[in-house]
Amino acid sequence: MTPPLALDAGLALLVLAVAAWTIAARRTFGSVIGFVTYGLLLALAWVRLSAVDVALTEAAIGGGVTGVLLLAASARLRQAERAPARAEHLAPALRVTVAILSAVVAAGLAAVVLVPVTPAPTLAPLAIANLPATGLGNPVAAVLLAYRAWDTLLEKVVLLLALLGVWSLAPDLLWGGRPGPRYPVRQDSPLTLLAQFLPPVGIVVGVYLVWNGATAPGGAFPGGTILAAMWILVMQAGLADAPAVGGQAVRIVLVAGAALFLVVGLAGFVVADAFLAYPAGYAKPLIVAIEIPLTLSIAATLGLLAAGPPARAPET
Amino acid sequence: MSLLRDVFTVVAISAGAFFFLAGTVGLLRFPDPLSRLHALTKADNLGLGLVVLGLLPHAEGWLGALKLVGVWLFALTAGAVAAQLVARAARSAPPRA
Repeated sequence: MTPPLALDAGLALLVLAVAAWTIAARRTFGSVIGFVTYGLLLALAWVRLSAVDVALTEAAIGGGVTGVLLLAASARLRQAERAPARAEHLAPALRVTVAILSAVVAAGLAAVVLVPVTPAPTLAPLAIANLPATGLGNPVAAVLLAYRAWDTLLEKVVLLLALLGVWSLAPDLLWGGRPGPRYPVRQDSPLTLLAQFLPPVGIVVGVYLVWNGATAPGGAFPGGTILAAMWILVMQAGLADAPAVGGQAVRIVLVAGAALFLVVGLAGFVVADAFLAYPAGYAKPLIVAIEIPLTLSIAATLGLLAAGPPARAPET
Repeated sequence: MSLLRDVFTVVAISAGAFFFLAGTVGLLRFPDPLSRLHALTKADNLGLGLVVLGLLPHAEGWLGALKLVGVWLFALTAGAVAAQLVARAARSAPPRA
């Protein structure tokens, strides 16, 4: 076995083991830690597959922000977990059906992976051939914002829907108020130091990832996630309070990305004969112009998702 | 010259790997949270530092070397802050029976 192959095999086994442990863990908290580890290992696996864009996003979203969201959820569930668990009654017939269906899905996936069609179906040559028309240097950015812009737009809308779902957990009285508790600033806490020291660096890295995303791995999602992480850090250290979710400025930032995307998309009907089509020669400036508000919207949405539902009544 | 460089890299990274191993053994074997943290931070600081040191001669120019050192410094910062936070939580929590 060659050293790289041994490394890959070890990594694959580790990913599988951590995944199994995440499912088998009895406590929510341990399971969440397992999931974060799983996300970081998966990012390494993507690097080994030369998919650096996916690795960046997986590390930022799978290992980072999702971890924060799940930790917050597990803290909320702690009370329920202490209560004596009720025995779960699942009819044997239902269990067998679920087992068979899961096995069929697993076998289908295994068949696709293990018995590949030759030549493998791929759109990669086509994606590279049309790259000059977009003016972009990174084929992943071209797929996300030119070839499959529709998917990216819907993704953004799904994020907003998720945030609405979180907000709707708030009681009527608190609707429009500030989310979460007001974290006190503790001058002697290392968290305060980190929240003062890290954001300047993190903001530069986040902006760099977005700016560089057109030609190299990066883009609005990993960049926006890093910006969101900085915001979450500052909020948790108590250096900045979470904004009231009823505020107009907050809502404009939240929808700006999707809204501008939609406007450019609709304009495509007039100037380029199709929804989400860019006029020839203007693809790159338009894509960069979409990515900037998109990044801000992603950062705001993820930050507010982590902040949770409104928990303090709006000041009026 | 290139042989000397490679020997340096292998020695430094092996030493780094040793600290990671020792840190992991300490994490698993030490009796209380504070000593476990102590073992863990050794792995983070010295282990990663030695690995970075070993990789420096192979970095792509001084910018690549700077990035490697940056990775180490950020890991140091994050490790130190996380260790402090965990230690405070461990000290203020009631001991488990």
